[in-house]
Amino acid sequence: MTSSWARTRAHTGWELRLLLRNGEQLLLVFIIPVVLVLALGLTSFMPGGIDSAISKVLTISILASCFTSLAIATGFERRSGALRFLATTPLTRAQLLMGKSLATAIVTLLSAIVVVLLGITLGWHPGGSWPLAVLIAVLGCFTFASWGLFLAGALRAEAVLAVANGVFLALLLFGGILIAPSELPEVLGVVIAFLPSAALADTFSLILIGPLNNLNLLLQPVAVLMVWGAAGAILARRFFRWE
Amino acid sequence: MTKTALRVADLVVRYGGFTAVDRVDFSVETGQITALVGPNGAGKTSTIEVCTGLRPATGGSVALFGRPPGDLSVRARIGVMLQTGGLYPTAKPLDWLTYLARLYSKPADPRYLLTRLGIDPKTRTATRRMSGGEQQRVKLAAALLPQPDLLFLDEPTAGLDPAARRELLETLRGLGDEGTAIILTTHQLDDVEQIADFVLVMAAGQLVATGSVAELIGVDHFTSFRAPPGLNLATLARDLGAGFAVTQPRPGQYLVTGQASPQLLADLTKWCATNGVQATEIKAGGRTLEDIVIQATEPNP
Repeated sequence: MTSSWARTRAHTGWELRLLLRNGEQLLLVFIIPVVLVLALGLTSFMPGGIDSAISKVLTISILASCFTSLAIATGFERRSGALRFLATTPLTRAQLLMGKSLATAIVTLLSAIVVVLLGITLGWHPGGSWPLAVLIAVLGCFTFASWGLFLAGALRAEAVLAVANGVFLALLLFGGILIAPSELPEVLGVVIAFLPSAALADTFSLILIGPLNNLNLLLQPVAVLMVWGAAGAILARRFFRWE
Repeated sequence: MTKTALRVADLVVRYGGFTAVDRVDFSVETGQITALVGPNGAGKTSTIEVCTGLRPATGGSVALFGRPPGDLSVRARIGVMLQTGGLYPTAKPLDWLTYLARLYSKPADPRYLLTRLGIDPKTRTATRRMSGGEQQRVKLAAALLPQPDLLFLDEPTAGLDPAARRELLETLRGLGDEGTAIILTTHQLDDVEQIADFVLVMAAGQLVATGSVAELIGVDHFTSFRAPPGLNLATLARDLGAGFAVTQPRPGQYLVTGQASPQLLADLTKWCATNGVQATEIKAGGRTLEDIVIQATEPNP
């Protein structure tokens, strides 16, 4: 029998192939972030210019690839019966999920590289801790992916499409990404700060703009991401249906 | 030497208060082609789903090569063709099979399989843009890819043209002869008559008849022939001798009930010659599997 890792690798490759050949997914994962970097970095629409724009767009990249794109693709795989068929092959559920996660992580990484390179081209001077940023990105991926899989596994494909795109837009506009919670009226800002999108954007802006002298500032947003991630994982495990 | 590939014992499947499969019991030996037939809603697909690990049994037990369904060692040895779905809509057939081949240790060559089933391996067409028959063949290729010891096929000939269907039946017969155990569900009862070693007839969740095709159609007990309507059945029965009855179920179709034998055929053709009757389609086994299935699945009066 082929090894567990060989099957995981095979599935990762398969997911990547599907993702990179799908025009809608490419739009979400690459084109929208690039357009946003250009729009936010080259205009005075957002205070902070390109420095502020990169942390926001990295959050959007993670949200797009790990939540919206993953949910929509998985929802349609469920509807087509492809996941059901795979459940009769030697690919285990854990290997399938691992393959999906790795493919999503690779696509997110590619998206982030595009964003960062474009940012540097436009005059962004990255500061802060890159290893810490990578750790936060992994946590953000886990959090959004768990909710993406929960949605994909619990709703019909058409509903997944509508909800995933709706949530994406809502979080983009009102989830503390484009407008930081601190810039909102106090009560509203406090509530939005507890959304995972706001927490991830806040963490990236703390880490990437300059050296972080007070790690305690990260405690709340990291805790918010962890709680959302744990809740999503529990819900996905409980409600994910393969057909 | 045959071994038991699949053992289903007292299987029960319930959906809420509805019993889809009710204490079903059968086994499939290596090299045996078993057909599971019956009307829609009989419980065939639920039975297959439990056997392939897609659905838990409510009661009873299922073992494939002595292991429970869904066991990894079992999944490496089975091929499955689902009745609905089972393809990535945006994928090309060769890409899909090439990926699947990487999940198995000794897969068949995807190009060879596709070619053999009449799909051009070089096609750039995504499966969602293929005809129903082509999609069916890609699904079948995926089921055959692992070179399985046990093959589950849910409606494998649906949507196939006659030539592809005959090719498929020959392929399945060949696999059976090589030792693959095959269990298939179908509404094409003439397919079953051609290739099945054993037939399970299901209705309302229960097995209502089992046996070889010959046993079910009573090949030793019925002889049929066609001739112009209006033959004198009483004289024919008298001339055939004691132990035979003759009926005309449909105009021009006659059924002799009684032990079939070379002597009976000789007596029958002699009677026709003497009486100037041109008989055609004389054959032992006067009933069709369709007759049996309809009779077995009719509700009791």
